[in-house]
Amino acid sequence: MSESDLDVDRRNVEKRQTFWEFELAIDFMRWRKVAAWTSGVAVVASILLLVFKGLSFGLDFTGGTLVEVQFPDAVDPQDIRVELQDLGYENLVVQNFGTPRDILIRVPPDVVGDTATVGDDLLQQLRSVYGGDVTLRRSEFVGPTVGEELREQGGLAMLAALVLVMIYILFRFSGKFAIGAVVALAHDVIIVMGAFVLFQWSFDLPSLAAVLAVIGYSLNDTIVISDRIREEFRRLRRETPLEVLNIALNKTFGRTLVTSLTTILVLAVLFIFGGQTVEGFSEALIVGVLVGTYSSIYVAANTLVALGISREDLLVPVKEGADQEGIEP
Amino acid sequence: MARSRGSSPGAGAPPGLVTLGGARPRTNASNLNVFPLWRYIVVLVVVLLGCLYAAPNLYPPDYAVQISGRGESPAVPEHVVELAERAAVSAGLEPTRVGIENRQAVLRFRDNETQIRAQEIIRQHFVAEGIGDDYIIALNLASTTPAWLEGIGGARMNYGLDLSGGVHFLLEVDMETAVRDRLNGFEEEVRTVFRNERLRYLRPIDTRLEPPEIRIRFRDEADRDSGRLALADRVREFDLTSDSIDGDPALIMRLRADVVSEIEDYAISQNLISLRNRVNELGVSEPLVQRMGRSRIVIDLPGIQDSSRAKDIIGRVANLEFRLVASADHPRSEVETFPYQGRDVDLQRSVIATGDRVGNATSSMDPETSMPQVNITLDGRGGESMHAATRHNIGRQMAILFRETLTRSSYEEVDGEMVLRQIPYEEQRLISVATIQAALGNRFRITGLSHNEARDLALLLRAGALAAPMYIVEERTVGASLGEQNIRAGFTSVAIGFALVMTFMMVYYKLFGLAANIALAVNLVLLIAVMSLLGATLTLPGIAGIVLTVGMAVDANVLIFSRIREELQYRSPQAAISAGFDRAFVAILDANITTLIVAVILYAIGSGPVRGFAVTLSIGICTSLFAALMVTRALVNLMYGGRNIRQLAI
Repeated sequence: MSESDLDVDRRNVEKRQTFWEFELAIDFMRWRKVAAWTSGVAVVASILLLVFKGLSFGLDFTGGTLVEVQFPDAVDPQDIRVELQDLGYENLVVQNFGTPRDILIRVPPDVVGDTATVGDDLLQQLRSVYGGDVTLRRSEFVGPTVGEELREQGGLAMLAALVLVMIYILFRFSGKFAIGAVVALAHDVIIVMGAFVLFQWSFDLPSLAAVLAVIGYSLNDTIVISDRIREEFRRLRRETPLEVLNIALNKTFGRTLVTSLTTILVLAVLFIFGGQTVEGFSEALIVGVLVGTYSSIYVAANTLVALGISREDLLVPVKEGADQEGIEP
Repeated sequence: MARSRGSSPGAGAPPGLVTLGGARPRTNASNLNVFPLWRYIVVLVVVLLGCLYAAPNLYPPDYAVQISGRGESPAVPEHVVELAERAAVSAGLEPTRVGIENRQAVLRFRDNETQIRAQEIIRQHFVAEGIGDDYIIALNLASTTPAWLEGIGGARMNYGLDLSGGVHFLLEVDMETAVRDRLNGFEEEVRTVFRNERLRYLRPIDTRLEPPEIRIRFRDEADRDSGRLALADRVREFDLTSDSIDGDPALIMRLRADVVSEIEDYAISQNLISLRNRVNELGVSEPLVQRMGRSRIVIDLPGIQDSSRAKDIIGRVANLEFRLVASADHPRSEVETFPYQGRDVDLQRSVIATGDRVGNATSSMDPETSMPQVNITLDGRGGESMHAATRHNIGRQMAILFRETLTRSSYEEVDGEMVLRQIPYEEQRLISVATIQAALGNRFRITGLSHNEARDLALLLRAGALAAPMYIVEERTVGASLGEQNIRAGFTSVAIGFALVMTFMMVYYKLFGLAANIALAVNLVLLIAVMSLLGATLTLPGIAGIVLTVGMAVDANVLIFSRIREELQYRSPQAAISAGFDRAFVAILDANITTLIVAVILYAIGSGPVRGFAVTLSIGICTSLFAALMVTRALVNLMYGGRNIRQLAI
């Protein structure tokens, strides 16, 4: 380290309240108790929703049949339901999908014996009633065992993602950061899943992909901020841990906002122009990015405070151990 | 000590900090932010290669009708191509180009509608000429990529079923039945051994599936030991343990784990072979028939809309018959004649064994003569009837007949319209005629074949052997109109998302924003190039992955730029640029590696669309790392490096 660098750092310490970018000096940590309560309530509420109301799993996970057809003119789903009921199809869900001409029909897995042909039969029936102009948009059949396996695999994937990420952070940072990151991730995943229950979104394979992408995104945010917290802890000597956290959060705040903004921008585009198939995916990700942005500021940092983070956690223990007490002014 | 440490953090900081920013020696601004020439060249070469391999996607494919021979050789003779062309022209459907590519005839048409009508017309003409069943007439998207680009491995990205439309099946092979059938075969074999060796055992033999075992009880231990001795070198597929059951001495034969997985592999490969044969009949230009996991087979049929016909054809069964070749004095009423290698062969009507007795058929080399051979294993009952039939007929010939139900297409006039009818018929052909050299049992071999003949014969024997049953566990059909709509929706999203992010970056970071935007464009080009090169399949969730990558890829640049802005407070512009890139590097690397972990997990657990998403996400992470760290840096260095500057446009 050259002499001029030391000057730079001294000035830096003095000037830390004024920031070029946003002139930011938000006292994030002042609100940490409020944030902790908010997060706690949201997580508990989500868990209650998940336990008592449960996710409405889509076809991919429950098994069953789904047929999407397009009629030449607008049709009333109610008429079709009655029509099909007369033909012996019970418990069908018939709804408009996108436009008034498009109809989505869901058949629960155990309605009609061998389900592999239900889709074909339904289409035949509709054509015989409404004429040959009924076009098939898509038809899906998923056997019950496949759905069950997928549910298991999905849960397993989320756990695996959390554990592997924790190991990586443990290796790159320290135990407290790993716990902070994983608490933030679990927080995000639970709240996003809670949103699925709250808004009655159906949870299918793309939704699972969205939740895993939320893990990826939130992690990205948390790591960037943790990285800065570590750096500031190593650099600043006089400040209390809360002050250090505030400084680190302020310094990354501009970047946090910009990245969230661009990501939400493209997700909104996807939501508007991407069509029905990716609608659920983009909805879930928008919620996830919002929650993830909040959690990387408050949840991860709050967990660090709760775990009693101090600069000793971040120093290299072998070399610095003997001098630890001398650092305090 | 304490004071000096407190006021000079640099000295007390762990080594890690030094490498973040301070390690770079403070040199004057003129050689800061200057890449050595080779790094510019590397960036330029990678970007050019990216453009080159992304380029094939700019050539929209032609709608084409592809004609290939159904028989042994896919080659299409010249006069057939001319017939197809005449047929299309006669209906006013002028093909834009006609040619032979990979020995298949390809007729290109203006649009999707002409293509579909032309397929119909050509099929009608072929049926009228009586060659309707000799050729597969499939819809295809023919590449228009220039030959030199294809020559260096350039190709378009494949579209997944959700973009191209088509049918997807997931079939489950019933492994329990496969293992049980083989176990029953082994049980028969054990009985045969005991009978031939005149060994005593207590009936019944207990064969169970969980775990796969054959349990045999004996009256005393001496019987058991001689039984064990007799079985030890006859059935090597088992681990033998001596035990006692209900007080009786017993021999427990446990099927070895590697044999179980061999049986499973065999059941899958057997089904794969027959599925591939049948799928060819559907007239799909690029069908996918692939094993997935331990017991599943995935079938993707792009372009097919009629899933019930596909199911009919997939559900077909082939069979085999082992029969003796009739001697000259055999009553003519009990003889059937089949052509074989250019001559007629008379077969006795009585059947020795059928395909459901065949447990295994493989081709190999005879270790003594190193000549190709086909090894056949029958089950116990099959072995017995084979023995009974061959024992007194050494020197005569035995033939194997392959039977399969196929469909023949014909046109009927219904209400003034020509309607295509698929009429099922049974095809029978001789696949082997060989001389019986000795009394055969349940294991025998066919020799005197060429290498290719042995391989083909083993394939056919497996296709005709009783395959483990399969059932459909997942089926998805995407209509052509939805596919097209998905493509449009996907590309619109990418374009608009891209434009919005670029505008934002331009406004917010000015000249640096321009550098980031160029890097973002490079990122997209590289992503497309890598996906095309890997032959990855583009799906709608994959496009969502691209859009998300566009949104997140700017993150690295945002990190760098906000760091540069920050460093500008206490450093010169040149030093700020350098420190900004260096200090943001660690955060970028950590963030991207962890996201990559998530993407890899997504790939491992996902199937179909989710995999598509995971693939684009992972490739996107790698390309955006390159774009942010190398391309942006190179551009910024070109703009500012080595100059004396006072202000940055950031």
